[in-house]
Amino acid sequence: MTEQEASKKKPAGRAGRNLELPEHLKSYKGVWVFIEHDRGAVHQISWELLGEGRKLADSLGVALSGVLLGGPNEDLDDFAAEAFRYGADSCYVMRDPILKGYRNEPFTKGLTDLVNQHQPEIVLLGATTMGRDLAGSVATTLGTGLTADCTELRIDPASRALAATRPTFGGSLLCTIMTLAYRPQMATVRPRVMPMPARNEHRSGTIIEGTLGMIEADIVTKLLDFIPDASSNKVNLAYADVIVSGGKGLKKPENFQLVWDLAQVLGAEVGATRPVVQAGWVDAERQVGQTGKTVRPKLYIAAGISGAIQHRVGMEGADCIVAINTDPNAPIFDFAHYGIVGNALQVLPALTDAFRNHFAMKRQKAA
Amino acid sequence: MHIVVCIKQVPDSAQIRVHPVTNTIMRQGVPAIVNPYDLFALEEALRLKDKFGGRVTVLCMGPPQAEEALRKCVSFGVDDAILVTDRAFAGADTLATSYALAAAIRTIEAEQAVDIVFTGKQTIDGDTAQVGPGIAKRLNAQLLTYVSSIVELDLIGRWITIERRAEGGVQVLKTRLPCLITMLENTNELRFATMPDMIRAARFGVRKWNKDDAGIEDVSRIGLKGSPTVVSKVFGPTPRAEKAELVPTERATPRDMALNLVQMLFTKHPLLEAELLEKARL
Repeated sequence: MTEQEASKKKPAGRAGRNLELPEHLKSYKGVWVFIEHDRGAVHQISWELLGEGRKLADSLGVALSGVLLGGPNEDLDDFAAEAFRYGADSCYVMRDPILKGYRNEPFTKGLTDLVNQHQPEIVLLGATTMGRDLAGSVATTLGTGLTADCTELRIDPASRALAATRPTFGGSLLCTIMTLAYRPQMATVRPRVMPMPARNEHRSGTIIEGTLGMIEADIVTKLLDFIPDASSNKVNLAYADVIVSGGKGLKKPENFQLVWDLAQVLGAEVGATRPVVQAGWVDAERQVGQTGKTVRPKLYIAAGISGAIQHRVGMEGADCIVAINTDPNAPIFDFAHYGIVGNALQVLPALTDAFRNHFAMKRQKAA
Repeated sequence: MHIVVCIKQVPDSAQIRVHPVTNTIMRQGVPAIVNPYDLFALEEALRLKDKFGGRVTVLCMGPPQAEEALRKCVSFGVDDAILVTDRAFAGADTLATSYALAAAIRTIEAEQAVDIVFTGKQTIDGDTAQVGPGIAKRLNAQLLTYVSSIVELDLIGRWITIERRAEGGVQVLKTRLPCLITMLENTNELRFATMPDMIRAARFGVRKWNKDDAGIEDVSRIGLKGSPTVVSKVFGPTPRAEKAELVPTERATPRDMALNLVQMLFTKHPLLEAELLEKARL
């Protein structure tokens, strides 16, 4: 279990736990966001986190900083400039050939050293394959609290501590978690959970340089290669505007083609539920939900999906949800905006035709 | 070769119900299973054993009934199963959990050196993916998360090459043993337990360790006391105010329903219609 057994509410202070912030940790000040970048581009989660970090920093009355680790020939200054536009007041930058391309060991040392040296009270990272890898190592090294996959971050007025809310038990419950007696307070947030902040062209900030102090010979893990996903199977589900998802209600793997057909007409990405991914009908990259991706499309069409909580937590942020399910009592109809109680195997092809014809007609009119 | 696989017994989250008033998990009747993600780790460990020989030890921290989860693993052909169970571990967060598991692995190492520790990518109850990295750090083992395949293992030279999932691609990493691997899902298919193995599992002597057996040196670092994170509030998800608006199905063909839905959608969301038209044009 991650956090304490969420099923039993325990009064704070039980078992002689220290819940007071020790004197020597009271000097920890400021909010940090780890700026994730790879092969010349910053991951959008970093800007989303800066937006969230700005709110936290403002409510604490402290500065917001970005942290950038990378190689000497990478565009770290450009990334820092962009971080300022998204709300950072300063950036801690560490440049070293060892930091070109993500590896756990040097990045853990780099971030840990920066934290020990500059003592921020809050450190936020994206809940990506990089952010989760790094956050777990850094929090363990620092011996502090880390809360994963947060969906809401705010400052508790009484303690001035970070109150981080996250789904647990597959999303059946939400827990608000605080790290009271340790610093920094660390949290990861998934891409797309927080909105993009406004970009201010005229904001600037200061860069504080740091040094890594390692030699390549000391690092036992070598990055041999990076194989980019082929553009044909590049799945950018989290940032897709339209998603058509299928569930086990489609009965057979070959029926999943109906989802692909509708997605093609709509110019949409294809998503799926965990059971579908587990059955091997589609690639795990397409899983929407608690153990998959969080999505926030303008339109989400759910076909043959019952709407289990694990799926719901990943897609309820969609602007418009359309559900197709034979069972009128399926939970999906409790949170979808529009619904068809019917067999997805017949309704999906009919919808594909209806959308296709509708667009053709509109285009004719426009011509 | 000696591999340790860390597993966890979890409630089958697909069947979890929450008490509407108290917001507590109702465990009665919810089957306890081996965390599904751990089974990919277990299978990968067994495949390495098939190829290179050696032993696989399964390790689990949990209440006494978690012994069942370990037996399940034994039925797939592991050599040793250890349940670390002690009331002192109750209420552990990921930091305290990784401390306890790392101590237990060190104790296992005292019996036989460990080359690789495997875990699943995350559990389905906690969903943090933090315990694997935590154990690696404490054991000073190289961390390899979200591994999709083991490309090469050289037990003589003591190095391993793997592929791991990264944002937008796959990293190929080479590192020295010992290492900790968190296995990505759907990387392999779990073997079937044979009848003799099932019989063996039923009779298997799962070793049960309390905190002292596990070699816990500092009790202030386990359980609730060793957990920096404090749960301040537990609540249920907010239900949406309105239910879905349904298209009429009375005497309607799928075609009628589809046309109806498209009309309804675009009448209410003209902006969405414009965007979709733009998309469909591309």
